[in-house]
This record gives sequence, structure tokens and C-alpha cells, in this order.
Amino acid sequence: MKTLFHIGRYALFIKRVFERPERGKVYWRLFIDEAYKLGVNSLGIIIIISGFMGMVITIQTASQIEGGWIPPYTVGYTTRQSIILEFSPTMLALILAGKIGSNIASELGTMRVTEQIDALEIMGINSAGYLVFPKIIAFMFIMPFLVMLSMFVGIYFGYVICELSNIITPAQYIYGVQDDFRPFDIVYALTKSVVFAFIITTISAYHGYYASGSALEVGKASTRAVVFSSIVVLIFNYLITQMLLT
Amino acid sequence: MIEVKGINKSFGDNHVLHDIDCVFEPGSPNLVIGASGSGKTTLCKCIVGLFSPDSGTISYDGRIFNQMGRNEKKEIRKEIGFLFQGSALFDYLTVEENIKFPLQMFSDMTPLEMQKRAEFCLERVGLDGANKLMPSELSGGMKKRVGIARAISYRPKYLFCDEPNSGLDPQTAILIDKLIKDITVDFNITTIVITHDMNSVLEIGERLAFIHKGKLLWTGSNDEVLSADCFELTDFIYASTTMKQLRKQHQQ
Repeated sequence: MKTLFHIGRYALFIKRVFERPERGKVYWRLFIDEAYKLGVNSLGIIIIISGFMGMVITIQTASQIEGGWIPPYTVGYTTRQSIILEFSPTMLALILAGKIGSNIASELGTMRVTEQIDALEIMGINSAGYLVFPKIIAFMFIMPFLVMLSMFVGIYFGYVICELSNIITPAQYIYGVQDDFRPFDIVYALTKSVVFAFIITTISAYHGYYASGSALEVGKASTRAVVFSSIVVLIFNYLITQMLLT
Repeated sequence: MIEVKGINKSFGDNHVLHDIDCVFEPGSPNLVIGASGSGKTTLCKCIVGLFSPDSGTISYDGRIFNQMGRNEKKEIRKEIGFLFQGSALFDYLTVEENIKFPLQMFSDMTPLEMQKRAEFCLERVGLDGANKLMPSELSGGMKKRVGIARAISYRPKYLFCDEPNSGLDPQTAILIDKLIKDITVDFNITTIVITHDMNSVLEIGERLAFIHKGKLLWTGSNDEVLSADCFELTDFIYASTTMKQLRKQHQQ
């Protein structure tokens, strides 16, 4: 019953978020702010994680194919496929669910318990739309760019580790990266990234928006936001993969 | 004028408001008084539409608010200014941006006109020069005053103040009371102040409504309050030693 209650309230919340905005110009400015806050402020963590993951995937793949049966360029191929298909869209989404999800939930939760959301409502402003709509649109817009950056950094650092060590030659790695490339894989990854961005922002916003009570509740709402958005991201990862790759 | 008729409100089994009937006139502050937990804030939140009453009507100058659709309510809400107990200033905006916020959302003012209006409101609450400060840099009293400035920036017809003096020193509390009264008189607006502060009652309580356990038990003015024939009200008023002394003087 409780799950049904949350699903119903979430649906009504989304309906309110997408109602006609009061003043488009104000929303445009909020969109720019949110795109900067959610996107540009995440660049550092994305570059660090993607770089290290690219290096680790390259080394692990190379260590699995020692023995000569499998051609060395497979390392480049596997690194590219792992990064494009799964690491950059999905793992990154899970990491950002932690960073951005908790940020959104705690921001809205604090606004709720300090009556700032009530203040917006009393002024006649659709608080859900004003606070959440720009976040959803900004993150759905910026997420594909973050994923593409992550892909580039991951694959590039795989190349760097080939340059720095002797696992395979850089030329073999580049050959593998270019081998049997399917542009649809990028479409698949970017489709996932947009859906995940929607899931992370809306679920986190839902938990923050309906937080009640004290600062302790804001912390709990933040935790719930991360847990639920991560689970839903994984479920949708399976569903999208089933739909697009089979 | 705000008219409340037969308002009932329950939260589960807890019946908070019982058949409240009251009229709030413009031109001088209307104080809703009562002990903590008596239902004052719930009544206030019902009137502004944050809670829906279970029965009864709330009308703003004849317009029945609680039977309106969301879009119609929006139009009335633009006429409402609200000072929250905790001020509820937007953390991410400066003082000036907080005051300009309702203007940016609803008015067709130019940036220069908005600037002038924000400066006027700040001057009105005695905070000229505080434009660029963030809410985190303000004291409790300053926050309340910025809250009032934001509430009056879009020229409201109705002003609500929920415990405007809570957490303030007596001097600042008097300043805030005076400010609320002056604004109400100068702009001829309907002001409802929720309070349990007896100083406010005596200072600005020309129209009082006493709520006890969710029931409206007495209405009158500060001239009548000390001799009111209502046991619950006298019990509430003379709870403090200062008030007991005042009673003695009054009886003599």
C-alpha cells in the first residue's frame, strides 16, 4: 500500500512539475544556473573516475588475454565497449545519483523544513515547477555531454596506460578502439543517460520536496533519494538494454 | 476584509479547529492569540490555503477562497503577504533579491522600478543599505524585517504574520510590532497576527480573537482584554508575574 501511495504521489508531483511556468524568463535563468551547478561542478569527479576506470579496465582486460590465443588489440576493443555501453552511462549515473541526488534532496528538504516552499506556495507560485523543472531539464540536457566526456577520458586514459606500460602497444590499442565500431552504441548510451538523468532528478526531488519535520528528516530523505534513484536506474538499465540491444 | 465561517479542521483523530467564525477587518492589526498548540497557526494556514479546512468557508472581500480552483487561488495569493515564524527567506538569494522575488515573478516592472521598490521596502523596515547581504549574515530581528519587506513588496491587500516576535529581544519585538501596525495603517491592509506575546496584545491589539483548544472563545480589544469575562482568557493572560502585577493595578 505504501509503495502504491508513493507511486501515486510521485505521478501527481511530476504532473505539477510540468505545469505551465509562471514566467519563462525566470525559468531560463534557473536552467542556466542548474546546468552549471549540476553539470560543470561534476566535471572534476567525472574526469578522475573515468580516467582511473579506463586505466583499470585496460590493465584487467590485458591480464585476462595473456597466452596468445586472443589478439592484443582486443584490449582496446573491450575497453571501448565496456566504457561506452556500461561504465559511462550507467556507472556514472550511479555515482551522480549519490552526488547530485543527495544534493537535490537535501536542498529541497531544507527548503521544506524552513518553510521556504510554503512561502513560494503562498505567493501563488507552483513551487514544484519552479524548484524542480529547471533541475530536470538542465540535468537531462547536460548528462549526455558528461557521458561523452567520460567516454573520451576513459578511452584516452586506457591509451595513456598503454603508453606508460608494456601491456600492449599504443598502436594495437588504437586499432582495437577503432575495430568494429557501431555508432548505434553511442545512441544507446546517450538514450540511457537522458533517461537516468530524469530518474535521478525526479526521484531525488520527490524525496526532498516531501521531507517533513527536522534536519534529521532531511538527512533521511537524502539517503532515500540516493537509494531509490540508484535502484530505479538499475531497473531501467535492464529494461532499456532489453529493448534496444536484443 | 477576511471572513471565516464555521471552519473545522482535523488531522486524523485530532480535531484541531472547532467551528471558528471570525471577521478580520482592514486598517488595524487583528491579533489571534492563544497558548501554544491551541490551533492559531492551523487557522492561519487554513486561511491562506496551506491546509484545506474540513468544512466552512473563507472569503477574501466576498471571494470564497476555499471553493476556488488552483488558478483562481493564485490570483488571491498574489494579494497576500506572509511573514513566517522563521522568516523563510530564500537562502540562495541576497536580501534585495528576496524582496524583488515576487515582483520578478508577477509584476511588469522594469529592473529600475524593481530596484526602487526594493529600496523603498528596505527603507520602510529600517534596513537601508543591507541590499547585498545574504540571509545567513542577518540577525533574527533583521530576518523578520526582511521578511516583512518581502511580504509588502508586491503591495499586498492581506498581511499574515505568524509569531512575528518569537525569538526576539523585547526591544526588537516592540520595533517589529510597531512596524506591523504602521504598515497596516499606512497601506490600509487586512493584517492577521498570530501571537502569544502579551506585550504585542497590549501594544497593537486593537482587535483580538482568543482561541483555546481549537475554539474561538472571545473577541474584543486590548482595552477590554484585562477585564474580559472568560476564564480561559484570564488564565492565559495572567500566567506571567508581570501580568499578575498589572492585574492588581487594574483592579485597584
